[in-house]
Amino acid sequence: MSNDPKYLKETPSQTAGPYVHIGLAPGAAGFDIYREELGHDIAGPNAAGARIRVEGVVIDGTGAPVKDVLLEAWQANAAGVYAHPESAGEVEEGFRGWGRVITDFATGEWSFKTVKPGPTPGRNGQMQAPHINLWIVARGINVGLNTRLYFDDEDNTADPVLNTIEWEHRRATLIARKTGDSYRFDIRLQGEDETVFFDI
Amino acid sequence: MKPAEFYQRDRNWHPPALTPPYKTSVARSPRYSLLSLETTPSEITGPRFGHSDIDPLDNDLLQNYAQAGQSPIGERIIVHGRVLDENARPVPDTLVEIWQANAGGRYRHKKDTYLAPIDPNFGGCGRTLTDAQGYYYFRTVKPGAYPWRNGINDWRPAHIHVSVFGSGFAQRLITQLYFEGDPLIARCPIVQTVSDPLAIDMLTAKLDMNATIPLDTIAYRFDIVLRGRRSTLFENKLEGN
Ligand SMILES: [Fe+3]
Repeated sequence: MSNDPKYLKETPSQTAGPYVHIGLAPGAAGFDIYREELGHDIAGPNAAGARIRVEGVVIDGTGAPVKDVLLEAWQANAAGVYAHPESAGEVEEGFRGWGRVITDFATGEWSFKTVKPGPTPGRNGQMQAPHINLWIVARGINVGLNTRLYFDDEDNTADPVLNTIEWEHRRATLIARKTGDSYRFDIRLQGEDETVFFDI
Repeated sequence: MKPAEFYQRDRNWHPPALTPPYKTSVARSPRYSLLSLETTPSEITGPRFGHSDIDPLDNDLLQNYAQAGQSPIGERIIVHGRVLDENARPVPDTLVEIWQANAGGRYRHKKDTYLAPIDPNFGGCGRTLTDAQGYYYFRTVKPGAYPWRNGINDWRPAHIHVSVFGSGFAQRLITQLYFEGDPLIARCPIVQTVSDPLAIDMLTAKLDMNATIPLDTIAYRFDIVLRGRRSTLFENKLEGN
């Protein structure tokens, strides 16, 4: 045993539960406590690129909207740069690329405003089509779910991640559809057209 | 620092998606397997936070919602520890957020209708950044157990919800902290979604008399471990050429 490499185990996940809003979006839980809640402004005022709105609903296995979900978004700017030192390039002042949104308690609808991300580098020098990384937690979800949102008005045919999805019809579950001035992205936890979730 | 991959998640250590004794998971668990994704810069990077994002009092739940000169009812506790990765390296400057019920087991949430009273001096949430050694601490009151609609007589053990970021979006984690010795831990369908007793032990904060402030506040220790990273680059063509 003494020659075994010493690693720690990751802390196990537990569900965010029904009251996740208290911790991560207390204003929505019905009270103000912080000077500023985090995650409501993804792109900031100076970001270049197209200003867009993204909306959707998370649907459970019975077909009902999930009304207590919390989503986080992580994306590059229009030049394909993440606000992180390991991403090559600079982002605009105030561009964070991260957002947090909860659903309407009555309808389950969620939406956020941002700028459309640009293509980003992937592995082996391949480029990835513009996408927003999403992380979804809620009561009943034991480990947060990772997925990606792509855009139906971009060329996604060469995207290396979409192309790893063997069932071609399931790729469509990751494509947001432009409707008016918004992109619609419904997430299905189960059933026909279950959204593709990743083990990242 | 060059991009390096995170170790894969041990999905047998984490709870599975479908855990029928925790009834809500049944309709909310994907039925297909997760698609394994070799990580790209999209997952290796993640949001960063600084001291301008939060206020110094945000980690003090005894004060951050209390009226002047008052404090919440309940056992005064310190919850503290380090955020490390699987290589036992500290995770500095990362955001830790917590939320919890008050000492009676009631959340300040418009959806919580449990008959225990709201505490006018207790909000129930806090946040802080780890220091250069990955260390964090909160002051709060020990939350009460509360009943929940699952089985007819299911009670959650006293717990604090914990959210942590790390340096990459792939490390994002939400979990719950329990208190050692609580007999409800073994009876809770949510705790028991985790199958390995050693994993449950990691979720159990330990009484820490050395960090306890005599005549003032009792302390519990809770270290958090996020995914570790390989020490080698995963390839040398990452940035495109
Ligand atoms: Fe809870």
